[in-house]
Amino acid sequence: MATSSTDAPTAILVRDLVTHYGDREILHGIDMEVRQGEIMVIMGGSGSGKTTLLRHLLGLEKATSGSVQLLGRELTELDESGIYEVGKKIGVAFQSGALFSSMSVGENVMLPLVEHTRLDRETMEIMMRMKLEIVKLAGFEDLMPAELSGGMIKRAAFARAVVMDPVVLFADEPSAGLDPVVSRSLDELILNLRDALGMTIVVVTHELESAFNIADRITMLDQGNILTIGTVDDVRSSDNVRVQHLLNRCFEEEVLDPDAYLARLVGEGRRA
Amino acid sequence: MEHSVREEGGALVASFSGEIDLEHSPAARQVLLDCVGQGKKVLVDLSGVGYIDSSGVASLVEAFQRAKKGGLEFALVAVNDGPRRVLELARLDKVFTIHDTLVDGL
Repeated sequence: MATSSTDAPTAILVRDLVTHYGDREILHGIDMEVRQGEIMVIMGGSGSGKTTLLRHLLGLEKATSGSVQLLGRELTELDESGIYEVGKKIGVAFQSGALFSSMSVGENVMLPLVEHTRLDRETMEIMMRMKLEIVKLAGFEDLMPAELSGGMIKRAAFARAVVMDPVVLFADEPSAGLDPVVSRSLDELILNLRDALGMTIVVVTHELESAFNIADRITMLDQGNILTIGTVDDVRSSDNVRVQHLLNRCFEEEVLDPDAYLARLVGEGRRA
Repeated sequence: MEHSVREEGGALVASFSGEIDLEHSPAARQVLLDCVGQGKKVLVDLSGVGYIDSSGVASLVEAFQRAKKGGLEFALVAVNDGPRRVLELARLDKVFTIHDTLVDGL
């Protein structure tokens, strides 16, 4: 699935991004470009840095060095009001859902509209119900988050993320924990949002099937480095052993490097 | 976004062009509700609209619902591919009456 033109303008540009947590280097100089209207899937095992990279793309992390541009704005230089302005053009579906427990599902989904627009209340309510419809939660607007299953919370969070038809949508593990039917329908929704609205979409996932279903391109991270970036076919046919290892659903199993292991055991193995 | 309203064959024809997005949908909503308020059949000509977002679609839904309550005909005309995909996304292509041409709608 590759419908985004290579001539499309750049939506996200990451250059030589380095970040530390304390004295530990987490990202070691990431370069990545996402074009407008493209679905970019970021994959990697636990500790690969994919969540940290996502947080940088959202302007939630301070970089040690490097550049992160989103829709032409340099996130590393934006103050709080700048981040707020950019924030109106993006939607984020967090892995946990992050719904407000004191608000109904409908109020949660409508919240970005209430905060960022002056639309008539009736318009906002119709938009909210349309989004609940497309995530297959029609009629659930009056329930409280505590009354929803985990999968329903994720779908409600997805509805909230897309309620303003954002220019760029970020989704963190949208399919994790969902049953196959719902997971597949969420994949189709992501594709439809790209096709209907030209949305640029960045999905962080370790669900291989979902990644292959939706990705125009895949960025594969490994221990804070870019392992490969390419189309689904590029990644599938890669002769890189580590790429193939990750594709074989062995994300959590480390490939043992004896020297690095020994260094870690004697306290010299901090990633740098 | 630009718009015009004219009477043709006993119907009010509301024509829009450009983009109906968050910025312009409140104006589009008002035009549509005013048309419905006149108690006549309403045809919404979208032939000049290249992009419509959810707020624009919501305005169409609201006007359509109000027309139905008043027993009035309300239909879309000449919906381009992009806006049609947005309607399909919310399965509203199954809800609205959509005519290929204005002549068909009249």
